[in-house]
Amino acid sequence: MSIVTGILKSSLGKKYIMAGTGALLLLFVIGHLIGNLQVFGPPELINNYAHFLQSKPVLVWSARLGLLVILVAHVTTAVQLAAMNRAARPVTYAPTENVSYGAKWASRYMLLSGLVVLAFIIYHLAHFTALVPGINGAEDFRKLRTVMHGQSVPDVYGMMIIGFQVWWVSLFYLIAQGLLFMHLQHGVSSAFQSFGFRNHVWWPRIETLTKIVTIAIFIGYALIPTAIYMRVVGADYADKVRAELKQDGTVSPAESPAAGKETH
Amino acid sequence: MKVKLKVWRQKDRNSPGEFKTYESPALNENMSFLEMLDVVNEELANKGEEPIAFDHDCREGICGTCSCVINGKPHGPHRGVATCQTYMRSFKDGDTIVVEPFRAKAFPIIKDLVVDRKALDRIQFAGGFISVRTGSAPDANSIPVPKENADLAMDAAQCIQCGACVAACKNASAMLFVAAKVSHLGLLPQGQPERYKRVKAMVAQMDAEGFGACTVTGSCEAVCPKEISLDFIARMNRDYAVALLKGDPKPISGGGAG
Ligand code: FES
Repeated sequence: MSIVTGILKSSLGKKYIMAGTGALLLLFVIGHLIGNLQVFGPPELINNYAHFLQSKPVLVWSARLGLLVILVAHVTTAVQLAAMNRAARPVTYAPTENVSYGAKWASRYMLLSGLVVLAFIIYHLAHFTALVPGINGAEDFRKLRTVMHGQSVPDVYGMMIIGFQVWWVSLFYLIAQGLLFMHLQHGVSSAFQSFGFRNHVWWPRIETLTKIVTIAIFIGYALIPTAIYMRVVGADYADKVRAELKQDGTVSPAESPAAGKETH
Repeated sequence: MKVKLKVWRQKDRNSPGEFKTYESPALNENMSFLEMLDVVNEELANKGEEPIAFDHDCREGICGTCSCVINGKPHGPHRGVATCQTYMRSFKDGDTIVVEPFRAKAFPIIKDLVVDRKALDRIQFAGGFISVRTGSAPDANSIPVPKENADLAMDAAQCIQCGACVAACKNASAMLFVAAKVSHLGLLPQGQPERYKRVKAMVAQMDAEGFGACTVTGSCEAVCPKEISLDFIARMNRDYAVALLKGDPKPISGGGAG
C-alpha cells in the first residue's frame, strides 16, 4: 500500500487529512485575526494593509486558491468520515441520559459546528470580499472607496465599521465565532492526537495550549464586532462616510437594500 | 429488592428486535447483574417463555465475554468494571433498567443480548502476533526491557477484547481495541520485527470490518473495564504514520546470499 492510498483510503489516514488541513486553517485564522485587529488603529492602518494585499495579486490569489483546496479537503473528508461513522452503527441505542459518558459536548457535534462555520465563511466572503450588495443590511459596500498612495482602493475600515453597526450582522458573527471556538476547542487538541503527539505527560499541556489559543482567538474576533456595534470604535468615521454618501447623491441608506434586491 | 427490566429481544440475526419489559422476582442486592438475569431467566423458563440470551463466561472480570449496554452505558454504571462485576446494589429498588446488546454494524446480533464479536478476532489474526523461536522457554530477563515500556505494555495488554469501546463510541470505532493490541506488542522488543507491518495490517482489517473512525470523544476510555488510555490510540496513529512513510520495503538486488 502506497502512502497516498494509505492516507486517502484508511480511517487513520483520513484523520491525518483532517488534522493537517485543520492545522493549516488554524494558521490562517490566526493570521487573519492579526490582520483584522488593525481596525483598532487609525483608518489608514487597515486600509494600508488592504492596499498592500491588493498590490500583490499573485500572492493573494495563490493564497486564496491554496485555502480553497485546503478547505475543500477538510470538508469533503469530514463528510466522508461522518458517512462512514454513521454506517458503522445502523441501529442506534434507546435514548437515555447516559449517552455521552466521558465525551465532551464539543466532540460530539464537530460536524454540526463545522457546517455552521462553513455557512458563515460563505456569508463572510459575500459580505466583505465579493461585496454582494443587499446582504449586509447597510450601504452598498462597492461605493465605499478611499485613496491610498494615490490609488483608489476599497475603504475596508469604512466597510467594517458600517457593516458591524448592523445588529444582526454582528450577532451572526458572534454566533459563528462561538461555534468556531467550540470546533477548535476539540479540533486543536485532537489534531495532536491524530498525528500521534500525545502521552500522559504531554496531553495536559496540549489541552492547556488549546485552551489558551482558542480563547485568545475567540476574544480577538468577538472584540471587533462588539466594539464597533457599541460605537467604541470608528463611530464618527461611520457617520462621516454616511453623510458623504448622502451628499454625493450616489446612494442613500434607505434605498440601498432595494437596490441590492434588484441585482439579485 | 425488585427491578423492572426493559430488555432487547431478538430471535436471530435477521429478525427484527424489540424491547420487552419484565418484572424481576425478589432479588438479593448482592447478586451480580448476570445472576439477576439468571434468576429472571429461571422464572421465564418456568413460565414456558424463552429465556433472555446473554454472553458470560468467567464472571470475574477477566475474560471479556460479558457485554450488555445497561442504561445506555456499556458494562453498566461504574468505571473500570465489567458487567459481570456489577452488582444489584448499584441500582435502586423499583428501578427500570434498560438492557441492550452492543450495537455496531461489525457486531451482528446473534440473539437477544449476544453479539458476534469475531470481527475483533479477525483483526487480531491480521497482525496481533509475534514471531518466536519454538522450543524451550528462554531464560527470564534475557532480553532487557525498559521498566517504563514494560509497564506501558502491561497497561495495553490488560485489554480483554470485550468490545465495549466499540459499543460506547458514537462512531462504533474499534480504535481503542486495535491501539491496545498494536501498542502492547509494539512496545516490547519481541514485537519489533513485525511492528510496522502489524499496524498496517490491523488497521486495514479494522477498516474492512466496517468500524468507524476516531473523533477523540473519550467515551471508549470511560467505559473500558480495564481503563485503557486514549494515549494508546495516539501511539497507534504515530506507528501507522511511520509505517506509511517507510513504505513497503523491497529487496534492492535479485536476492539470494551472494
Ligand atoms: S464474564 Fe468474563 S469478564 Fe465478565
